[in-house]
Amino acid sequence: MQQIVYFFQRYKYFLLFVCLELISLSLIFTNLNYQQSKFISSSNFLVGGLYEKISNTKDYLSLKEINETLVEENNQLRNLLDSQNKSGGFLITNDSALSNNKFTYINAKIINNNFNSAFNFLTIDAGENRGIESEMAVINGKGVIGITDQSSSKYARIQSILNKNTRINARLKNTNYFGTLSWNGEDYNVVQLIDIPRQAPVNVGDTIETGGKSTIFPEAIPIGYVSKIDEAQKSVDNEIYVTLFNDMSNLKYVYIIKNHDKKEILKLENINNE
Amino acid sequence: MNKTLYLIVLFFFLIGLQVFVLNNILLFGFINPYLYIAFVFFFPLKENRYNLLFTSFLMGIAVDFFADTGGVHAFATVFIAYFRLFFIKVFFNKLEADYPFFKLKEEPFGKVFNYIITLTILHHFLLFAFSNFSFNNFSNVILNTLYSAIFTLVLFFSGSYIFTKDY
Repeated sequence: MQQIVYFFQRYKYFLLFVCLELISLSLIFTNLNYQQSKFISSSNFLVGGLYEKISNTKDYLSLKEINETLVEENNQLRNLLDSQNKSGGFLITNDSALSNNKFTYINAKIINNNFNSAFNFLTIDAGENRGIESEMAVINGKGVIGITDQSSSKYARIQSILNKNTRINARLKNTNYFGTLSWNGEDYNVVQLIDIPRQAPVNVGDTIETGGKSTIFPEAIPIGYVSKIDEAQKSVDNEIYVTLFNDMSNLKYVYIIKNHDKKEILKLENINNE
Repeated sequence: MNKTLYLIVLFFFLIGLQVFVLNNILLFGFINPYLYIAFVFFFPLKENRYNLLFTSFLMGIAVDFFADTGGVHAFATVFIAYFRLFFIKVFFNKLEADYPFFKLKEEPFGKVFNYIITLTILHHFLLFAFSNFSFNNFSNVILNTLYSAIFTLVLFFSGSYIFTKDY
């Protein structure tokens, strides 16, 4: 007994050290596993609130830039509207038509942005109070940004496209050759498209968009363009380098896409699996 | 000023500085200084090390909260907090009786320099190795460690030069 007491006496600091390190390690592991990290994240009340205050003051500095991107996006949307209905550029607001939509868009503001580590997350100022749940698509006018990860009442955390755990279904524009988009953690402008069939006619400069084969992202949201192809096709997974349309270091306003049919699709797929 | 109060103020000041200012610097797109570890250097040397270990853990966790990095900062900070005593023994040849009188600014600059560099590089290496969490891009980890350590050290030494009167 005395031996044990003596042991604890002698190694008390080391034991405390090991204990604290184990807590940190377990936090690291839970953070890496998708959707398990309820405790340490920037979507909690205190951290989210502080980030929002800071972001509110910083916004004044970038108002001009934000306005320009909004005008640009409005312009694009007007052109799209014009090309779809020939009657002229005004919106048809029909409530019953709206309720038949498969997707709803929720707008939000990014209040914290990370892009320089291997597992990046963003924080937005909308949470459960605005209908944000986990696994919803996050985009902006230029393209894909990420997937919502977890949400508190007022804030939500987004797993960025620049996260080594993110996998997004993507395809070559206007074809049905699809692959998986992932990131190797190196350059924050370049992501990798893997597992695309070898017979797919890929050229440098081709546009990559979302494939619509998941319940998260709708079809045909732009992602980026092909910047480098593995010409010799030596690698097993046929890796293609895709430069993002978005500058991930400079983001402000985003849209979160809610898929109304998600539950139905998942239910159906689970029946098949069993 | 009261020593405990000074430490509490320093604790919150360093967290605020790190989280709201230094995390947004991103020199050349990816280099950030991690000045909050100055807390570990400034913490008074005592025989009882519980306080140091706990506060450095809290410090790391607080930075982790804001940076969404799980427990990476906490791990690295607790690590250097524990091995601080070992390096003080190595670099300054101190005995237990010397602990209450130990002051960083009264030691020769060369020894302080070596001591701070060792702990900073150790901390940054653990930080980047764990936030990368794979052996891919290991050269990136080394480069990040070097660049960030240089940045942190420049800030630390210039900061302590400016803010200590009798240097």
